[in-house]
Amino acid sequence: MDNQKTIAETENEIIEDFKLLESWDEDAKYEYIIDMGKSLPVLDDKYKVEENKIRGCQSTVWLAADYKDDKIYFSADSNSVIVKGLISMLIRVLSGRTPDEMIEAKLNFISEIGMRNHLAQTRSNGLLAMVKQMKNYALAYKIKNTAKA
Amino acid sequence: MIQSAPIQKGLDIYAIRQQFPILNRTVKGKPLVYFDNAATSQKPQVVIDALVDYYSGYNANIHRGIHTLAEEATAAFEATRDTVKHFINAAEREEIIFTRGTTEGINLVAYTWGRQNINAGDEIIISTMEHHSNIVPWQILCEEKGAILKVIPINDAGELIMEAYLELLNAKTKLVSIVHVSNALGTVNPVKQIIDAAHKQGAIVLVDGAQSSVHLDIDVQDMDADFFAFSSHKLYGPTGVGALYGKRQLLESMPVFQGGGEMIKEVSFGKTIYADLPYKFEAGTPNIADTIAFKTAIDFINKLGKEKIRKHEDELLHYATAQLEQIPGLTIIGRAKEKVSLISFVMDNIHPQDIGILLDNRGIAVRTGHHCAQPLMDRYSIPGTTRASFAVYNTKEEIDELITGLHKVIKMMA
Repeated sequence: MDNQKTIAETENEIIEDFKLLESWDEDAKYEYIIDMGKSLPVLDDKYKVEENKIRGCQSTVWLAADYKDDKIYFSADSNSVIVKGLISMLIRVLSGRTPDEMIEAKLNFISEIGMRNHLAQTRSNGLLAMVKQMKNYALAYKIKNTAKA
Repeated sequence: MIQSAPIQKGLDIYAIRQQFPILNRTVKGKPLVYFDNAATSQKPQVVIDALVDYYSGYNANIHRGIHTLAEEATAAFEATRDTVKHFINAAEREEIIFTRGTTEGINLVAYTWGRQNINAGDEIIISTMEHHSNIVPWQILCEEKGAILKVIPINDAGELIMEAYLELLNAKTKLVSIVHVSNALGTVNPVKQIIDAAHKQGAIVLVDGAQSSVHLDIDVQDMDADFFAFSSHKLYGPTGVGALYGKRQLLESMPVFQGGGEMIKEVSFGKTIYADLPYKFEAGTPNIADTIAFKTAIDFINKLGKEKIRKHEDELLHYATAQLEQIPGLTIIGRAKEKVSLISFVMDNIHPQDIGILLDNRGIAVRTGHHCAQPLMDRYSIPGTTRASFAVYNTKEEIDELITGLHKVIKMMA
């Protein structure tokens, strides 16, 4: 998959989607997130290993990264459907990007769509840890590339 | 005064609700339904006022000052000790040590009595349903001393298997540290029986009263507990203060916990003489404001009457249990015969965290997760539960909101 849109453009798309949802009813946002969670491609069991596990206080996230043609591709899973929905948005924004694009990503959409609290410490659901982990992958690949060059 | 007819000739719950300002707020545009009382209860206006009154009227450091403010603050602070003494029916006021809460109370015993009395090969008994606060301090102690931690198993209903407990007890047992009421299951444990059996083996018993003190009548002399620890914030009082009860002869024989001001009689560089009970265990300037308001919270409970509170909470428990049982795919975890007003449950194919998030979106505060009792969750092979815990100000109408919310969750997740 080649991303035509930039990270910022994809973020804006999501923000627009949520503006529309907010005009419906209070559950619409979550119904959308749940739908996205359910439609996230199933993570192969071979990736559900300890080193891919990001343990939250409540739910668990598995995150796997692949590096192809200078771009990082993510796949992930969680035992919470809502967390899975949030992950699928992160993947939509960050997967298929170069390390540099990823490192610079501000990810403002998370607070713009009112999901900031899901990143807060109190939620401890591994989502914040996942954002960090995705960025760590980007850093690691960048360092590796620099070393090679 | 025009008043709607009370539901029962007991408490006027709607009048009680008026005393809790937080219950007027909305969450996500909905009236707050607060069902996380086992984590911490909300505070009545009188408790909030007590804090403000102290800071605006007689804030001073206690015990040492000779001026009026210091005397007033000291009197109010020490009045809480008397109130706590009566609340749990301790024999003497000196047996009440103020702590930061239940956790600190348990740690105090582990670090003082434990270090002095536990040796290699000794055994400490806890149970499967302990909060991490009543597991970790003993693990630390056992590791340090080469002692052994034994665990009382539970049955599927969430009750201690007493025969197994009696088998665990032996001459090597030095301490039994047991939760009075489980925070995750609501089970009320037969502490009197547990203590009696331990004493026959020469072991002492610490009772974790974090959950029981707000719901049950506590009589430490009748149960013959050696230690009883509880927190203010779970009984309508402020956070950051709690009490540890200990029998006088035990407290006197124990080494000090922390060193500093307040806990000394005389200090020279050669030798320090420690203060008498209870100050021996209260180093440094204590949490004066919260300790003063702790009394106000107990007075608030006493004024309503624990028996009446319990009757109301039992009604809520039975009503909620009956309603929850009708929800398809829902399983209540913890079906003990003796329970306080909290219900843990799991739902087929729905993660507790998702339930918590979706209920919060409807203004309903429940707790989800492992409730700091991971070994207990392992016992049931579940990652966690959703827990609704009720207080005196909760109503059946609020439970109806929860039930409606859960039906909606099922619909959304389907």
